[in-house]
Amino acid sequence: MSARLKTGGRLIDRKDRRWFTFNGRRLMGYAGDTLASALLGEGQMLVGRSFKYHRPRGFVASGVEEPNGLVGLGQGAHFEPDQRATTTELFDGLVAASQNHWPMLEHDIGAVNNALARFLPAGFYYKTFMAPRGGWEKLFEPIVRRSAGLGRVPKERDPDRYEYFYAHTDVLVVGGGVAGLTAARSAAATGARVLLIEQTPHWGGRAPVDGGQIDGMPVEDWVRKTVEELEKAENVTLRRRLMGAGVYDHGYALGYEHVGDAAPGADGPRHRLWRIRARQIVTATGALERPLAFAGNDIPGVMLASAVRDYVVNWAVSPGDRTVIVTNNDDAYRTALALKGAGLDVPMVVDARPVVTGPLAQAARAAGIRVEPGRAITRVLGRKRVTGVEIGVQAGEGAAVDTVECDAVAMSGGWSPVVHLWSHCGGKLIWDADQALFRPDPKQPPTGADGAGFVTTAGAASGALDLAGGLRDAHAAGKAAGRAAGGRAHRKPAPKAAPEEAQPILPVWVMPENAGPAKRAKMWLDFQNDVKVSDVQLAAREGYASVEHTKRYTTLGMATDQGKLSNINGLAVLSDALGQPIPATGTTTFRPPYTPISFGAIAGEAKGDLFQPIRRTPIQDWHESQGAYFEPVGQWRRPYCYPRPGESHAQAVAREVTATRTKVGLLDASTLGKILVRGPDAGRFLDMLYTNMMSTLGVGKCRYGLMCDENGFLMDDGVVARLSDDSWLCHTTTGGAERIHGWMEEWLQTEWWDWKVFTANMTEQFAQIAVVGPRARAVLERLGGDIDLSRDGLPFMHWAEGRLGRFDARIFRISFSGELSYEIAVPAGQGRALWDALREAGAPDGITPYGTEALHVMRAEKGFIMIGDETDGTVIPQDLGLGWAISKKKPDYLGKRAQARPHMTDPERWKLVGLETLDGSVLPDGAYIVGTGGNELGQRYTFGRVTSTYHSPTLGRGIAMALVARGPERMGEIVDVATLDEAREVVKARITSPVFYDPEGEKQNV
Amino acid sequence: MSETVSALAGARFDGFCTIKEAGPTGMITLRADLGLKKVARAVEAATGAALPAPLRFTTGARGRVAWMSPDELLLLVDHAAVPKTVQRLDRALAPSHVLVADVSDARAVFRVHGAHWPEALGKLTPADLRDAAPGAFRRTRLGQVAAAFAVLDLETVEVICFRSVARYMFDLLSNAAAPGSQVFAR
Repeated sequence: MSARLKTGGRLIDRKDRRWFTFNGRRLMGYAGDTLASALLGEGQMLVGRSFKYHRPRGFVASGVEEPNGLVGLGQGAHFEPDQRATTTELFDGLVAASQNHWPMLEHDIGAVNNALARFLPAGFYYKTFMAPRGGWEKLFEPIVRRSAGLGRVPKERDPDRYEYFYAHTDVLVVGGGVAGLTAARSAAATGARVLLIEQTPHWGGRAPVDGGQIDGMPVEDWVRKTVEELEKAENVTLRRRLMGAGVYDHGYALGYEHVGDAAPGADGPRHRLWRIRARQIVTATGALERPLAFAGNDIPGVMLASAVRDYVVNWAVSPGDRTVIVTNNDDAYRTALALKGAGLDVPMVVDARPVVTGPLAQAARAAGIRVEPGRAITRVLGRKRVTGVEIGVQAGEGAAVDTVECDAVAMSGGWSPVVHLWSHCGGKLIWDADQALFRPDPKQPPTGADGAGFVTTAGAASGALDLAGGLRDAHAAGKAAGRAAGGRAHRKPAPKAAPEEAQPILPVWVMPENAGPAKRAKMWLDFQNDVKVSDVQLAAREGYASVEHTKRYTTLGMATDQGKLSNINGLAVLSDALGQPIPATGTTTFRPPYTPISFGAIAGEAKGDLFQPIRRTPIQDWHESQGAYFEPVGQWRRPYCYPRPGESHAQAVAREVTATRTKVGLLDASTLGKILVRGPDAGRFLDMLYTNMMSTLGVGKCRYGLMCDENGFLMDDGVVARLSDDSWLCHTTTGGAERIHGWMEEWLQTEWWDWKVFTANMTEQFAQIAVVGPRARAVLERLGGDIDLSRDGLPFMHWAEGRLGRFDARIFRISFSGELSYEIAVPAGQGRALWDALREAGAPDGITPYGTEALHVMRAEKGFIMIGDETDGTVIPQDLGLGWAISKKKPDYLGKRAQARPHMTDPERWKLVGLETLDGSVLPDGAYIVGTGGNELGQRYTFGRVTSTYHSPTLGRGIAMALVARGPERMGEIVDVATLDEAREVVKARITSPVFYDPEGEKQNV
Repeated sequence: MSETVSALAGARFDGFCTIKEAGPTGMITLRADLGLKKVARAVEAATGAALPAPLRFTTGARGRVAWMSPDELLLLVDHAAVPKTVQRLDRALAPSHVLVADVSDARAVFRVHGAHWPEALGKLTPADLRDAAPGAFRRTRLGQVAAAFAVLDLETVEVICFRSVARYMFDLLSNAAAPGSQVFAR
């Protein structure tokens, strides 16, 4: 049984109790506990089931590397799966539940997989379910899905707040252990601005647990003193609960801050994603202990030696009363001494090294602990909990020579520096055979834009595992980073610790060395994903030589801990199986984030109303108040129609069209792009941008223009008005304003930089309202003013400026509907007032606001094209019968050369026509016009497609526009238009002119 | 002339900073060769302010001048004074190649007030705020939209964005300044 000790616990406050529940059971811990330490303190070692075999799982670690202790946290909308209990701070009212078991944690039906383990080896799903073909989908997949997988997916919308924070610093130090503190102190002494971040709530890392003295004082005192010193420094920012999640190009780093996890429902964000720009980054990320691979090393009660020590020293929790230590290095003896010091029993230290001489081992012997050199654990006894271990010789095959009763095992296979952040952006590693670890190669750091390194490692993260060496390394790292970030040299001395003698580690990847297949099939490498030594060896036998392939085949290191425990052991086993040295195998790729970060943090504030910006016209409030049905156009939301109570959208559209055609309609056209182009070369510039001639346009006049890209494809259209001798106002489509403005600037800044042209995007300066229909003039005249609105005073395709009622307005006599039409522009701040004034003035004529769908129907009735409907990036103006808008006189325009290419002049190109269904029905949008026969792939021959299709209330029938091969030559021909309607495969339609309404253009000219 | 209304009619939010829509603000875009002496003279005549250095704004008796790009300035003046100021600039700068345009109504302006404004803005802009002293002017993005900000004094920053996204900007700033969300709260 794990239990809370009566005394001790450097991080807990026994006076401050915290109540929580686990699987509905009410339990107690203390302030300063993690969920893991509190659970262990209450005797709860079993916390979950493994992924594949559903084997019982207990805590292995005490920090971020924990693979087993994942729980569902919170309830309802606050529920979150896969939360690591070892890094979850305990708070009052915490609700946790174990995962991946059914029906109960203690009795799990899925554990039957365990009995079938020999049929579920590495890559079993590639092999087992190959045949029959339908078997996978219908039989195997549902079963596998049911038994695999970890937490449940939350069902409700996350109510918590998340945000970003952009931080800028000279030096970012990741990790607040003694190395990080030393590096920060040293970097700060150069005068550089330093940001020091630590993922846990505590400074000092694991050094206070491991003991020793720095500058003549206990580590804990030195940590306190140094933190105080740094807090006073003006150029240092310290931050806890902030994990360095990733390092990217150009000194960019991501930090993940736990802000409100321990206070659900409080104000403020739950997580904050720090987006950090640093000139230099120091990773003082420490090292992680490796497990040893012996049979039964996954049974609850087997833990990392360092974790056992952490639980005892930090939280006064004993994982067991009798703990056997198994190790291949000196460090685990600290655990033996810590346990002994807490009054717990250590029946044996099993040391794989044939001779054990280190000072820590001697201290253990002196404390009365039995040390057995050259030995191995050959098997762990117990099922849901360790009950004992069998001991044999490390050099042997696993015959037991001794059995030791115990309820916990503390294992240490050596340490691996945390090289993740170093590696994220390309830092290279070297294999350090003496220490049996991969460590950063200082000669091959991640490099910045200047080709110099921007990441330095400090302390254990460099591979300097001893206190004295780590401090020295960290001090130098901080200084180097500070100087590289622009700081000055300093002579501040490095903190000092007494050098420590240690006996070298003996690399042990399999224990015992010559264990047979049965034992190897019980040696876990990846606890969460159930990958064993036998699986990796099988992969090697099956030809997997690359570590990356082996990872994917066996799922080694693919658990939520991303191989923090399994990576090195796994690749060492693979190297052995392949008969090659470890560096020849190499590591898998380290990718951000270091530990999983929440989706909420990634989304930041972008949810709910802030999910994306919605652009609003000055008249938007009115549209909303009328219950308009909106459609997205770019980032705008434009009224599609204004349905009246009881009216369908189609009925509303028909009503709006009819009202506009017979009386007068009102359209909010504010979203149209409006770009002011001015300068002595503006005319020449516009002649290049548009296919037609703009330089010759008279002041006071308007001209419809087309814009093509350099490949000749039509990309935007709109009316251009000449405002003065040297200035033009170019209208663009609603979605095109920013893009076309950017297009203009690009040509001006890169190609025609010596042309005297300035542009300004005036789109939002003006509200623009179209008054459309036979009564339009009467409505405007009712408003009064000094602009002559008569047929000849303001002719079609002219504009005028002056007073309209109480407004200073610019009025364009242009029409996208074929009716008498005025578009009135006023400053946006008066847009709503003008809209209201027009509605009032138009009331006697029954003025009717109309939406984009009515606009579309009316333009289609007139055969006017719409960018995005009749064009799709492959259509040229010539396809659309717009040859009249292409100047033959101009020497050049953007797209001219491309439009001369053979494919563009091919007479077989699909060209614009109108379609009339013989039965008057409305054709399906995007439908193909089909012929007889097909191609070698069995696809039916097509020779055209519908680009726009509507019911015309004006004509009382369906109308459509289409692109058809040689279309204009086929007037009157009856074609088949395919439908998806099974009852009616094709609809018969007649090819017509695309202009269905007022082909002479008399109505707009009145 | 009809009365001008700003996008949000002076909306206000109180968090650890106060967010307030500033109401109609006169703004003039001036694109020109900023090296021309007469540009500096005309700008000073219009606003009383000298030409700003890059990433800065200057303040005069009749308005402020902000640096937008190597060939663009933004003049901030009284809303009612805009038509006259545009005319004067046009006249003073003719016949040089310039573009002068009234963009007052194309924009929305917010004041973020409170000593901790960098903690609110720092959630939204990738711009470095460490040295954002009074007089600083940056074109950047806030959240997902283009914006500019001017540091007016130690406790006040002015945010300028397009009018159509005024609502988004107000919500965004308010959210960033929500009570309890201060980054460096003690």
